[in-house]
Amino acid sequence: MIVSRRGLLQTAAGAVGIAATANTARADEPIRLGFLTVKTGPLAAGGIQMEQGMVLWLKLNGGKIAGREVKLIVADTAGSPATTRTKAQELVERDKVHLLLGPVAAFEALAISDYTNAQKIPVLGVAAAEDMCQRIASPWFVRATSSSGQCAHAIAHYAATELKYKRMTIIGDDFAFGHEQNGAFLRVFEDNGGKVVQKLWSPLNAPDYGTYISQIKSNVDAVFMSFAGSNGFRFTKAFNEYGLGGKIPLIGGMTAMDEAILQQTGDDALGIITANWYSAQVDNPANKEFVAGMQRDYKVDPGYYSGGPAVLGAVLEAALKTTGGNIDDRAALMHAIHANVVPNTVRGTLRFDEYGQATGNVFIRRVEKKGSRYINTVIKTYPDVSQFWTYNPKEFLANPVYSRDYPVARFLEA
Amino acid sequence: MKLSPILGFALVALTLACLPVLLPDGFYLGIATHALVFAILALSLDILIGQAGMTSLGHAVYLGLPAYAVAWLTVQAGWPPLPSVIVALLIGTLTAALFGLLALRASGLGFLMITLALGQVMWGVAYRWVALTGGDNGLRMPGRPVLLGIDLQAPLPFYAVVAVCLLAALICLWHLDRSAFGACLRGTRDQPRRMRMLGHDVWRIRYAGFVIAGFWGSVAGVLYCLDYQYVSPQALSLPQSAEALLMVVLGGAGTLAGPVVGAVIITAIKTVVSSYVDRWYSLLGLTFIVVVSLMPRGLVPGVRDLWERLRA
Repeated sequence: MIVSRRGLLQTAAGAVGIAATANTARADEPIRLGFLTVKTGPLAAGGIQMEQGMVLWLKLNGGKIAGREVKLIVADTAGSPATTRTKAQELVERDKVHLLLGPVAAFEALAISDYTNAQKIPVLGVAAAEDMCQRIASPWFVRATSSSGQCAHAIAHYAATELKYKRMTIIGDDFAFGHEQNGAFLRVFEDNGGKVVQKLWSPLNAPDYGTYISQIKSNVDAVFMSFAGSNGFRFTKAFNEYGLGGKIPLIGGMTAMDEAILQQTGDDALGIITANWYSAQVDNPANKEFVAGMQRDYKVDPGYYSGGPAVLGAVLEAALKTTGGNIDDRAALMHAIHANVVPNTVRGTLRFDEYGQATGNVFIRRVEKKGSRYINTVIKTYPDVSQFWTYNPKEFLANPVYSRDYPVARFLEA
Repeated sequence: MKLSPILGFALVALTLACLPVLLPDGFYLGIATHALVFAILALSLDILIGQAGMTSLGHAVYLGLPAYAVAWLTVQAGWPPLPSVIVALLIGTLTAALFGLLALRASGLGFLMITLALGQVMWGVAYRWVALTGGDNGLRMPGRPVLLGIDLQAPLPFYAVVAVCLLAALICLWHLDRSAFGACLRGTRDQPRRMRMLGHDVWRIRYAGFVIAGFWGSVAGVLYCLDYQYVSPQALSLPQSAEALLMVVLGGAGTLAGPVVGAVIITAIKTVVSSYVDRWYSLLGLTFIVVVSLMPRGLVPGVRDLWERLRA
């Protein structure tokens, strides 16, 4: 059941003193899910897809998780850290949610992490910032999707060992998400014998990619791009307009060729290979049902943003089955999440490492045309991919977090 | 009806003191605290707009920079809270002193553009100097400190500190308004050439106003950091500057109550109304259009005019 805020308040007004009884709730009381997403501002496209994914997942499960009714309470963070914090407080203190899902952006998740940790509120996140599940990992935060680098590691390995690329240019949005993906790509690509000979950064709101495309060296084997939002679409279009399409292969990170922008990108996207923890083409019953639902209800294929809540839902379902439907013992819930192996999510089986990051499938996908639609066909599956790739977690965490300048690119050519 | 100033301040103080009792719980007290922090920011900006007649689009510098300073000094450098706060205020004020030298080379549209540019420079630095600022991931401040023996962690003590700061700002700006300096400032706004003929140094008067605005902006910045316990480049961004400007214009520039009313309304729309209305951005815009078209000078002067017309 999805309720409007007003409706919830009326219910709350009816049951005076809900605050006092919240912690001793009866088992037949609905689970209150706080859902932080972005519905206004530049990030709204992803945020609304995320909400669609959540609403659909609940609908497919009869509005229940592990047999208990669910009240989904959606709050708009407006893509602002300050507002996110206020909204998180509202969900926790006013609406007495049992746990939080979201928020969309890394800086929003970071803005509330101290608060949610202090309140001991379980947060099932999607924001990809590496450190959320690494250097500042919290027992109250888990991420069922992937860190920035997790998918970039996989495609770097694929590029070096299967595509046999030797020399590459990497380009990305000039903000933390782009830095972390490119850093992860560089590390694994060079550890497998490749050389990154050129690094380019374009501003998040670059009006035109011409200046960056004209800088791309003509003698590289391929270009790796780590764009977010609609930037992947815009870059790819410009790349083809400048005549590089078909000459230099393009590969990309987990949001570069998202299903949300794939249809617009059209023929320009054909053949582009990306890595993601999800694809609408993943062949399992849970995903088939989910994709059919998205196409029926919203006329779109699910992608990075809408797929996330479906994974979170499955994780929660499994955890609540373990705890016997008990959501009030938060420590037990988090323990169940950490200990469970969740077999039937839309991305396949996953489990969590001790830092709260999911270890699971990462798919290498190639854009193909099927009928009149463009799809991300899965061409290889890396199973059980850890956020640390094949590196030792302790050594991995002793290094600085991936950034604009780390790891140092040793083979840059002037 | 002219309210005596002492009575006026007593009323404000009483309202601020009663709020924690009137509001249902700590969450709404937190929202009231957010509103008061922005009220201080709007008041400081109103020194420039209302008194000196100079519209700035870079006032978020004095919100964001001291906020970064507090977070960095206490968390990264490990300083105790009090020196961090003092140094942060100093940094904010000195930045105003420096930026005033640059921005006051122009007035009117030129001033607006220079403050806008300086604000964007600071935003750019915060966004790109990742080693210092954490880039767009920002700086976190785990927990509020104990300051002057007061543990600010709980909503109530922190609210009290913010309320006292707001009261101090109101009293200070009321004095400024009545002082000879305030008269000079308004003189440079209305008749800069005549002021120059009378032997006043217009530039110096404006400069002093700019630095005072920077100081009170920095007070808001320090409180902002302690309030949200997180700073990111958004605190320095153009939308943040524009929002402060909106608060002043909505409430009424050149009045003490105006910026406070504007800050309260906008914070309420952003945090409370947005829980009930999906299209709250449109509502914000609509509110602004309605107020500006019906009461061009802002809510507080508009309501006062209306009141006087009704009495007459």
